[in-house]
Amino acid sequence: MPEPLLFEKSRPGREGVSVPGCDVPQTAIPAALRRPSLPLPEVSEVDVVRHYLRLSHLNYCIDEGLYPLGSCTMKYNPKVNEAAARLPGFARLHPLQDPSTAQGAMALLFGLQRMIAEIGGFHSVCLQPSAGAHGELTGILLMRAWHGARGETRRNRILVPDSAHGTNPASTSMAGLEVVEIPSDTRGNVDLLQLRAQLDDRVAGLMLTNPNTLGLFEENLLEITRLVHEAGGLVYGDGANFNAMLGIAKPGLMGIDVMHFNLHKTFSTPHGGGGPGSGAVGVGEALAEFLPGPLAVQAKGMAGGEPRYEWRTPSRSIGRVKSFHGNFGVLVRAYTYIRMLGAEGLRAVAENAVLNANYLQSRLKDIYPVPHGDRTCMHEFVAQGKIAGAPDIRALDISKRLIDHGFHPPTNYFPLIVPEALMIEPTETESRETLDSFIEAMRTIAREAVSDPDLLHDAPHSSPVRRLDEVKAAKELKVTAG
Amino acid sequence: MSFIPNTDADRSAMLEAVGVRSVEELFHDVPVDHRFPRIDLPAPLSELEVLRELDALARRNADCGAAPCFLGAGAYRHFIPSVVDSVISRSEFATAYTPYQPEISQGTLQAIFEYQSMIARLTGMEVSNASHYDGATATAEAVIMALNVAQGQRRRIVVSAGVHPQYRAVIRTYTQGMRLEITGDDADSSVEELAGMCDSATACVVVQNPDFFGRIIPPSSLSALAKSVHACGALLVAAVNPVSLGVLVPPGDSGVDVAVGEGQALGNTLSFGGPYLGFFAFRREHVRKSSGRIAGETVDRTGRRGFVFTLSTREQHIRREKATSNICTNQSLNALAAAVYLASLGPRGLRKVAELCWHKAHYAAQCIARLPGYKVHAAQFFHEFIVRCPISADETNRRLFQRHGIIGGYDLSREFSARGNELLICVTEMNSREEIDLLVTALSEVGHA
Repeated sequence: MPEPLLFEKSRPGREGVSVPGCDVPQTAIPAALRRPSLPLPEVSEVDVVRHYLRLSHLNYCIDEGLYPLGSCTMKYNPKVNEAAARLPGFARLHPLQDPSTAQGAMALLFGLQRMIAEIGGFHSVCLQPSAGAHGELTGILLMRAWHGARGETRRNRILVPDSAHGTNPASTSMAGLEVVEIPSDTRGNVDLLQLRAQLDDRVAGLMLTNPNTLGLFEENLLEITRLVHEAGGLVYGDGANFNAMLGIAKPGLMGIDVMHFNLHKTFSTPHGGGGPGSGAVGVGEALAEFLPGPLAVQAKGMAGGEPRYEWRTPSRSIGRVKSFHGNFGVLVRAYTYIRMLGAEGLRAVAENAVLNANYLQSRLKDIYPVPHGDRTCMHEFVAQGKIAGAPDIRALDISKRLIDHGFHPPTNYFPLIVPEALMIEPTETESRETLDSFIEAMRTIAREAVSDPDLLHDAPHSSPVRRLDEVKAAKELKVTAG
Repeated sequence: MSFIPNTDADRSAMLEAVGVRSVEELFHDVPVDHRFPRIDLPAPLSELEVLRELDALARRNADCGAAPCFLGAGAYRHFIPSVVDSVISRSEFATAYTPYQPEISQGTLQAIFEYQSMIARLTGMEVSNASHYDGATATAEAVIMALNVAQGQRRRIVVSAGVHPQYRAVIRTYTQGMRLEITGDDADSSVEELAGMCDSATACVVVQNPDFFGRIIPPSSLSALAKSVHACGALLVAAVNPVSLGVLVPPGDSGVDVAVGEGQALGNTLSFGGPYLGFFAFRREHVRKSSGRIAGETVDRTGRRGFVFTLSTREQHIRREKATSNICTNQSLNALAAAVYLASLGPRGLRKVAELCWHKAHYAAQCIARLPGYKVHAAQFFHEFIVRCPISADETNRRLFQRHGIIGGYDLSREFSARGNELLICVTEMNSREEIDLLVTALSEVGHA
């Protein structure tokens, strides 16, 4: 049953929450300042609860089952994270309180900065960016500022591999720099010849996702970072796929100068249906003084037997990228997760994520083409939605049919360099049985594609709504109720 | 504890299927000298232990839910009905990804559509997006949208000094590579003076209402400013307080083109500054130049109503370097909290909250104005006002906290060095009369040199 809009449930006079009366003498509000009406829905509390409960039933979520969206790292989000973020001393803390009254929160921020720096091999970490793309913008601005401080204002080009997320070129343009696309080679790596050809004194740097969006570790990583550095550029690491690297290698020690971490992917904070996230940025020493501020730092002296913390803005900061101190509630969750796992637990995450992905790849590549299936993948791999004997079946049809089999589909049509891409990332929190049932569903769909292709073309059949008309949505734009 | 279900037996079987002998072998592409580095982290903790550690950290903070608190300056303490956390705690909302598969994400998409509808009505605008990171980044994105509307032909931005200093900072950070001239905020200017700064090279004028110092720009002045700005061919951007709109004239009625702001006050906890949400509402004619996700209504192939993300050709995953913004993840769960808050309160509830803020803040201001040595700025305000103290604001706050357990106002000298004795005091429905009276008594006691 479709759920009506809140506005359709509205009845004049109905009220939800009661508001207390006024316990002070009143001061008249001038009529000229008052709005004539406020057309919000009028509903009771039970209406609100039932409405959102029914809406919630229309969603698929990681707590329900496998969510193998490539490059999104949909792992299970531990419940303890939620308890931690809701502790009153965190949830009811005002961001502008005097630092002396927020030492616990600042200790947590400081501790998280240090732990992320250690995991990634960086000198300093800034927790202000709110999402991966926000971290990218921060990182590109840092690179630009670093060149600017050295008088190298001619360097206005950022090299971006063709397998990169769309946010990479978009962040580059927002920072006022020019994008130069670098093709991938036949093994799925950055094409070294093409890279060399572009490396001149106009290059500010390279953005590199490693493992890349094909799920492959960049085989020439050390040579790439060396070449970019020799040409006077910096290397930005897109950390979207860092789940494969936890405890396996430290990007900061392999020539990555600046990198964002997606705490809402790698460090288990829930995605919330599209945020909030956190795109913490790590940098090597050369860029540390350019970071956004303020950062929590350890001060001289103690406070009640504990180290004392204060705010410090780096001397050549590019400026704030967000108000206050970042998405603190998300940071509490990530801190909780890292503290529970420790170094060994983090390495186990990467090992199991990579093993799960390779297991799926090995069991699926005889049914679905995997362009780089000869290589060991990292946390994810890219298959193609092409089935022998079913020429008019597309990746989208396979994805939609997966919904009928009870799974969230993989990422479709990305990376752009693989036709009919199905990008599959199981994460470490899935068991072998779950993976086996996914494999079985994919095998069944391959058979269905041949025997009854319309079953796929018309899929999904079991979802709350069927395939939606996106052209109509854009053409007859309706983005608010009535 | 790594939240990993597979056992050693599972792993052995899977390794065999993959055709490798050990997990380590899977990482042969990683340069050997860099493989499996030492990671120096504290020893792992059980759930019991980690909660004990976090509880200890949380207890080292002064919880402004427990202490009387008069701090605002961009983050506001309001009552959050229990229904809000009940809804946003649901796994189906909290643990879903961005709704890339609309058929199994209708809950999130319809909730966003309703959020957009409520924000549009609250601000008096035609269209709202699904949210930005916070009020500061929403304001910066509004500036970028104005540059896009001007198709790169206008490179000048006029920003009022009344805009939150952190928002102004974020505008500058975001646009530092765009070769803009950002002007107007080096001195306090009247609305008429701001109008005078707008010229044919100006893409937009940015104001805040009520401004950072609490002052209300009356609808008549804002309308006049909008007229002047439009006469120059520029856009008027206003950062507004959403709770104030429970009672005050919305920006859409005054000719504002883009209404943005910090949405935290709508059902989101203070949480030391985040996660919050930036709301972003605008006139329909600019929709194709706008940034961020937008949910739209459509039908499925059986004709049933459904919702999808629409106009994605503006966005980074399609347009890459030509996108209107790089934003991808936004603040969906915080926007949901705001929607549940608005739905629970409804028009009368939100108006009552706004009126309580107004009455209590005015009561506090009147009482403080009577104290010897204290002066309250005369401007018309909503729930925040400036008090000039007989001693430094910093010392006033310290004494308020140490002697009376009160979290005082915002010390303006933290951003404006010349304003050492000025406190920005915020009073909301959370402050009882007893708390306000306590503040007044405490101020009279601490105000001696």
